Amino acid sequence: MDAELRELYQEIILDHNKNPRNFGELDPHTHEAKGHNPLCGDRISITMNLKGDVIESLAFQGQGCAISTASASMMTEALTGKTVAEAQSLFEKFHTLVTTDDRTDEDVLGKLAILGGVRDYPSRVKCATLAWHAVDTAIKGDASVAKTE
Amino acid sequence: MSYDVEAIRAQFPILQQTVRGKPLVYLDNAASVQKPQAVIDTIAQVYSEQYANIHRGVHWMSEQTTIRYDKARQTVASFINAANARQIVFTRGATESINLVAYSYLEPLLSAGDEIVVTELEHHANIVPWQLLCQRKGAVLKVLPILDNGELDLAQLPRLLTTKTKMLAVAHVSNALGTINPISDIIAQAKAQNIPILIDGAQAVPHLTVDIQALDPDFYVFSGHKIYGPSGIGALYAKVEHLEKMQPYQSGGDMIASVTFEHTDFAEYPQKFEAGTPYIEGAIGFAAAIDWMNQVGIENIAAHELDLLEYATAQFRQVKGLTIIGDASEKSSVLSFLLDNAHPHDIGTMLDQHGVAIRTGQHCAQPLMERLGIPATARASFAAYNTRAEVDALVSAIVDVNEMFG
Repeated sequence: MDAELRELYQEIILDHNKNPRNFGELDPHTHEAKGHNPLCGDRISITMNLKGDVIESLAFQGQGCAISTASASMMTEALTGKTVAEAQSLFEKFHTLVTTDDRTDEDVLGKLAILGGVRDYPSRVKCATLAWHAVDTAIKGDASVAKTE
Repeated sequence: MSYDVEAIRAQFPILQQTVRGKPLVYLDNAASVQKPQAVIDTIAQVYSEQYANIHRGVHWMSEQTTIRYDKARQTVASFINAANARQIVFTRGATESINLVAYSYLEPLLSAGDEIVVTELEHHANIVPWQLLCQRKGAVLKVLPILDNGELDLAQLPRLLTTKTKMLAVAHVSNALGTINPISDIIAQAKAQNIPILIDGAQAVPHLTVDIQALDPDFYVFSGHKIYGPSGIGALYAKVEHLEKMQPYQSGGDMIASVTFEHTDFAEYPQKFEAGTPYIEGAIGFAAAIDWMNQVGIENIAAHELDLLEYATAQFRQVKGLTIIGDASEKSSVLSFLLDNAHPHDIGTMLDQHGVAIRTGQHCAQPLMERLGIPATARASFAAYNTRAEVDALVSAIVDVNEMFG
């Protein structure tokens, strides 16, 4: 296998793809959103419990490629326990990481930094950011959409 | 006559390079094919030796360019055996041709409650223009279903064709599955009920000889870039009775007979539908591509592609966890497939690393993917210049994907 390709499909990505963390639907939840990538047909749904401005729990489910599944899985781990402001700041840094050559935030992003490899595959960037967009939508959405009590 | 694929390949400069360090294996031909030197040279020659605006100039350069442009129309007409070159309208491609028919032919005839019938395997280009037209006029879009193997469920066609049906729009060949539809039978059924029929031939003309006089549909559309010509040029064939009555599509210069501030008389067809300076070099390149295909022989190309399809299909059946999507009895050289362990997009990116270019996704056929219950497929498609060695490279790359995701 090529070194270049190994860089994108690292073991950790393949592992999260095979065994996604926080996979499923939180019941009950306070926030939710759906994400859809029309390019590949990937669909993802996010459920989240916000207490005050802290993300207490976060889960995702859906069907997607390895990049989108691993990115969603790793994101749920990274955002659990974070404040909304921290989550939004992390999304900005993650977005910069996967779309530009600016790697200054790699340390802050920790494990998420390995997804930076998609910057060399412009058509795949949306796969990596789909779940993050869904969380962003869920946070900005009305808290009253909570489905169950 | 034996088919010398290496001699064909040598005519395609783009194929002589490496991508990501590997020889390019280009198998995304159903999306667009590469261009032979003859087409490249023709377009370069237009720009460097013989170019001016057409139909209006009295100077030599304009007259020569006009002659070539009009000759290109004749070449396109002969390609599908149309009776008259004036039955060919140059458009930007199959998509624009369908839009033109929707706006200029059907819209003025369509009333609320009328019906348009399409099929479940259509490309979005043969769905959305009709859907929007239905919304504008309060008409209803009906859908002929497919069978699980990717063939049309023709037993249901009689039920769908009624006195309300004002258009039947069907692909000649499916872009996503490769199914070759029995359009001769379908056209006969439509005609028996006086229902106008449009055939989307975008995926057919690269592989099949089309005899429009024998088939006799009302409309037939196709694109230049899928038959080794430039992108941005295509054709609409229509019956004379329709061309005479159809209203203009766009308006402006070159489509008029006379203009005052109070009134405009339109030019005769096909000029009536070609407003503005056309894609002159595109039309000439389109004709050059057809000349190239005729020289190689469409039957020879088709036989070669069928050999590749059968060779690849047999190898695909040996790959663990691989499912071929679309198993029609008549297929063009398209192989859509899924792997148990890898998403089509991951397959596409991994194959790209091997220099193998395939298409992944929904192939502009989202309703078809819904029907099949799958989010997307990976699709390899073959053209005149592909080789068995390239099929081997494809299969070996797929085996690598399997190992990594296994």
